[in-house]
Amino acid sequence: MLAARSATPHPKRHSERPWALLRPSPDRPMTTAAATMNPMATDAPWPAIRWAVARDLRLALRSRTELAVQLLFYVIVVSLFPLATSPEKNLLSTMGPGVLWVAALLASLLSLPRLFAADFADGTLEQIALSPYPLVALVFGKIVAHWLTTGLPIAALAPLLGLQYAMDGEATVVLTAALALGTPILSLLGAIGAALTLGLRASGGLLALLILPLYVPVLIFGAGAVDAAHAGLGADANLSLLGAGLILAILGAPFAAAAAVRVALD
Amino acid sequence: MAINWFRFSSPATFYPLAGKLVPWFATGAAALAAIGLYVGLVVAPTDFQQSDAYRIIFLHVPAAWMSMFLYVVMAGWSAIALGYNTRLSAMMAQAIAPTGALMTLIALTSGAFWGRPTWGAYWAWDARMTSELILLFLYLGVIALRNAIDDPRRADRACGVLALTGVVNIPIIYFSVQWWNTLHQGATVSLTKAPAMASIMLTGMLIMSLAAWLYAIAAVLARVRTIMVERERGAAWIAALPEVRSA
Repeated sequence: MLAARSATPHPKRHSERPWALLRPSPDRPMTTAAATMNPMATDAPWPAIRWAVARDLRLALRSRTELAVQLLFYVIVVSLFPLATSPEKNLLSTMGPGVLWVAALLASLLSLPRLFAADFADGTLEQIALSPYPLVALVFGKIVAHWLTTGLPIAALAPLLGLQYAMDGEATVVLTAALALGTPILSLLGAIGAALTLGLRASGGLLALLILPLYVPVLIFGAGAVDAAHAGLGADANLSLLGAGLILAILGAPFAAAAAVRVALD
Repeated sequence: MAINWFRFSSPATFYPLAGKLVPWFATGAAALAAIGLYVGLVVAPTDFQQSDAYRIIFLHVPAAWMSMFLYVVMAGWSAIALGYNTRLSAMMAQAIAPTGALMTLIALTSGAFWGRPTWGAYWAWDARMTSELILLFLYLGVIALRNAIDDPRRADRACGVLALTGVVNIPIIYFSVQWWNTLHQGATVSLTKAPAMASIMLTGMLIMSLAAWLYAIAAVLARVRTIMVERERGAAWIAALPEVRSA
């Protein structure tokens, strides 16, 4: 077996085989014994997703202060707008959904580096990329954990912050639903940007420049859902489009993010 | 006789070809622009509704069409660069981004100057101009990412992923006038129906569009030559170039 190992050609770097950006290399040696002992190992996505979610959640919950700080940033930004404009109720209830959405975008931007940067800095990301599990599945698990610790609290806080903006019941329900559908899209698209800007200088500002144009449709439909509900048109159209955007993002973003991770690791 | 389809996919062979093509495309663009502006500014009649303010379409529409088209072309070159791992395809994508950003900027500013006399406002946040603004940010993002990454090959791949991610904006811009009630008029020119504008105005607009296309090709080919000399500076064929030897 040692002779077989040394006869195996040296695995090429991803820079020479870019189509391997999405799939692990087929010439990575995997012995017969290992394959029969663990027949689910190489291609199964679900164990990979479960592992990535569990690991990232455990790590995030160990530094709960960081999560609380990001959530507090969201609350403080939301509280700034009535102070800057006017506390007049009609004005507040009109701009409430928009402000909550923009603050959600900014809070998401603040939390995105947490997705890959720490793992990239200590070499764990390279080990994750080298594993036999699909990188797409592992990245998707990381994104799910990111949403659970960032987007879900933002959507859950919306009713409380809606009180600050004198939003009525219907508006609050629609806004919470829109945020619940939209914040996963923010995490999915943001992962692409976070992976592209790994290890670069001034990566925070660059991440904002790259990701905010992609966020704009989510913002328009999310904030527009409440406007449509107020205007009597019903929020169905906007919420359906957000749902469609979420499905498209789930189908496409993990692949783009995994490709971007492999680009950053080369 | 076998044709070598990949003959010009090497920087060493493409550089002289691009150098020969640039003057042709540049003079063609200048000539067509002269003809198109003559048709648009002198020959075409004053519009019934918009008086002479409509004449900005001879600048605005070609620039807007080119801004969308160039992004798709840039995404196409990026896809080829990611799939075939070729340097020249990535250099072409790198060369297109600034010209595309310029076209988008021209479209936005000329549109603002058109909107002021006709709609009463320089800017209106309707669907088409908002998505065109997003397109400008996408171009600037690609350029910024290219400048932020030191390794040129990593930059090629990263900008390729980014360009392909953003290409979904182009159908949104194009169909925004159908999907939303916007201030912008619907499509006046269609492949299947008769145009809704006077044919002399359409002729002028099409000539200007062709001029913008030839200009874009000339600018991109000239820029890609500069990029090739910068990035391949250690190669022997660069040292043998007359413009480098005499410098």
